[in-house]
Amino acid sequence: MKILVSVKRVVDFNVRIQVKPDGSGVVTEGVKHSMNPFDEIAMEEAVRLKEKGTVTEIVAVTLGDAKCEETLRTALAFGADRAIHIREEGEVQALTVARALAAVFKKENAQLFLLGKQAIDDDANQTGQMVAALLDRPQATFASKVELDGSRARVTREVDAGLETFEVDLPAVITTDLRLNEPRYLKLPDIMKAKKKPLESVTLADLGVQPAPLIRTVKTSPPPVRSKGMMVKTVDELVVALKEKGLV
Amino acid sequence: MQYDVVIVGGGPAGLSAAIRLKQLAAQAGKDLSVCLVEKGSEVGAHILSGAVFEPRALNELIPDWKEKGAPLKTPVARDDVYFFLNSRRALRMPGVLVPKTMHNGGNYIISLGHLCRWLGSQAEALGVEIYPGFAAQEAIIEDGIVRGVVMGDKGVDRNGKPRDGYTPGLELRGKYTLLAEGSRGHIGKRLMEHYRLAEDVDPQHYAIGLKELWEIPAANFHPGLVMHGAGWPLDNANPGGSFLYHLEDHKVAVGLIVDLSYRNPYLSPFDEFQRFKHHPVIAQYLKGGRRLAYGARAITKGGLNSLPQMTFPGGMLIGCAAGTLNFAKIKGSHTAMKSGMLAAEAVASSLFAGGAGGDEPGSYLAAFRLSWLYDELYRSRNFGAALHRFGVLIGGAINFIEQNWFGGKFPWTFHDLQPDHLTLKPAAEMPKLEYPKPDGTLSFDKMSSVFLSSTHHEEDQPVHLKLADPAIPMARNLPLYDEPAQRYCPAGVYEVVREGGIPRFQINAQNCVHCKTCDIKDPAQNITWVAPEGGGGPHYANM
Repeated sequence: MKILVSVKRVVDFNVRIQVKPDGSGVVTEGVKHSMNPFDEIAMEEAVRLKEKGTVTEIVAVTLGDAKCEETLRTALAFGADRAIHIREEGEVQALTVARALAAVFKKENAQLFLLGKQAIDDDANQTGQMVAALLDRPQATFASKVELDGSRARVTREVDAGLETFEVDLPAVITTDLRLNEPRYLKLPDIMKAKKKPLESVTLADLGVQPAPLIRTVKTSPPPVRSKGMMVKTVDELVVALKEKGLV
Repeated sequence: MQYDVVIVGGGPAGLSAAIRLKQLAAQAGKDLSVCLVEKGSEVGAHILSGAVFEPRALNELIPDWKEKGAPLKTPVARDDVYFFLNSRRALRMPGVLVPKTMHNGGNYIISLGHLCRWLGSQAEALGVEIYPGFAAQEAIIEDGIVRGVVMGDKGVDRNGKPRDGYTPGLELRGKYTLLAEGSRGHIGKRLMEHYRLAEDVDPQHYAIGLKELWEIPAANFHPGLVMHGAGWPLDNANPGGSFLYHLEDHKVAVGLIVDLSYRNPYLSPFDEFQRFKHHPVIAQYLKGGRRLAYGARAITKGGLNSLPQMTFPGGMLIGCAAGTLNFAKIKGSHTAMKSGMLAAEAVASSLFAGGAGGDEPGSYLAAFRLSWLYDELYRSRNFGAALHRFGVLIGGAINFIEQNWFGGKFPWTFHDLQPDHLTLKPAAEMPKLEYPKPDGTLSFDKMSSVFLSSTHHEEDQPVHLKLADPAIPMARNLPLYDEPAQRYCPAGVYEVVREGGIPRFQINAQNCVHCKTCDIKDPAQNITWVAPEGGGGPHYANM
């Protein structure tokens, strides 16, 4: 069985995000980037499935500029067998991304598409769903457990009421949640080997996809600064303070 | 893994050496395998510098850097030098009284972190294998020869036991090993002792540089303005200097450099820096602005008099790991780059001649002696010693005369023979210093500052600040010096916690910004900094 895993290059989770002074976006220049942590979980799951013997080939795919090659090399160090880089400069919106990924999935004739439930930069949580719709195949989102069984996948999701288990026919799209697994530490020898694994570069045009910008970002602004609190010594003081502010 | 050359550290020295090696290999039509490891999570993550950059070495290394998009965006437009008299007043020195080495025409105000990221991409394009996020732990020494480095283990818990994800450190072997770890590198320190490389030179001298990056209102912003200062809040017993540079996009870098030869154990470099920003000369620019980043790093500033032998069997020390900074110019990036390039040339010529490595890169010394790097360091050799010996005013005047009238070539040399860890006076003999409370707009507390350095370490790992004798901090340093580690550490790593009136020394290793000040200044030389798990430490974006 062949698995396709999409990975996104995002600003690293350790970085303190700064909004550009003109409000046109966040500062990305000179800032550490890494693989979207939810996609790391998808990569890890794919590798574990391969280690179990149910999966024979893992293909990693990303879309973006030249720097995204780093992210694909990380995927290859995790254990992907080869990688596909959809080269595209500048902003590409989610629907275009989903169309491109769906095209790759079809071309690769893969059985399963694994990806993070959302990317930590835009928190959009829509790529997996859109890919499934475009492919007209089943989807199981927010997976906390994945089991493959021949032509089906059994997926457990954590919901408010407890655990929910789906069974979907393959080919299918599964998006991964935080508790699915804990991604491994990358080993230096694996990172070295990843430099020599095959990496193919394609364009949107090669995939027959036209970029279609549908959304315009109006403004990016930082969250409001938290106002200073005050310390009170007793409950009575608290009540007085709340009354003064007209809150009780 | 076997390489021709293994380089430890992705700063200006290491990256320049890597690039030069590949360039020379291409010119000679030969293949050279070059591997560079960097303990920061990426190249640039641990880089912190002012920085006013002199492009001389870059012009030699990559002459078409402009076309290739090097991040040198802001040429120096104006050079101001101030003498700060007290917390309110300052004198601006007329240009004719400023030593030549402090003139910055033709230089650029840059983020050295950005430059290193760019150099890293240039090196990778030439085929250098760069592995960030992996820390070299120690040198492999066999039969007296350095054969490479052992990388640190990953996935070891606090007690030194393997935990989930344990990966033992790999050996990276090289015909030559170049150590470009920066100031007070932990492997370089051990090799200097092992091979007695610093035996015939003056003790090395250091400073701690603290820096913040600010975004300021357009009305206060003068791109290309360079300001240097001496005097307040420091003095002759506790010397240092300050800077404020206007970069691009309404950003300014402000910093204070405190010599680690300071005497008063109550001195806190961090708090001196915070109160420094309230001086009207500085506050006029910062007011209404926003602090974006904070960090600190030790500086090797002993210069030529303290420069150890840079070669050892199987490799070299380059850049600040050796001590090539030009203190008279307060610049070390171009000299570090040049030392890396010279090292690369020496190593490559030996390998191309069929050498098997493992020897001392012999042609280095002659090439260094003939280079502009040596000439620069020679002319500046008296600068730090004169300031230390005669104070800012008289020492400064001597430097002016030497640099401007003698071209840096006095017929004599001043020496500064007291190592920095021996300069502290007992606390009982020194005035206790009271620092003003931070106001939250211009000055801040230590913890909110460390937060801005985005420092992060895997929590469950051995403490990477090793005490040779765990009793010394409380038994000796506390009564004698009021344990200065609490104050000289710019990241709040060291604390004296009192429980039931009994003092206890606490090490918060996860806060460490890898500045190495503790390894230098501890009066008992009891603290040894070793590399924590690779990928940890600060995540400087543009320092």
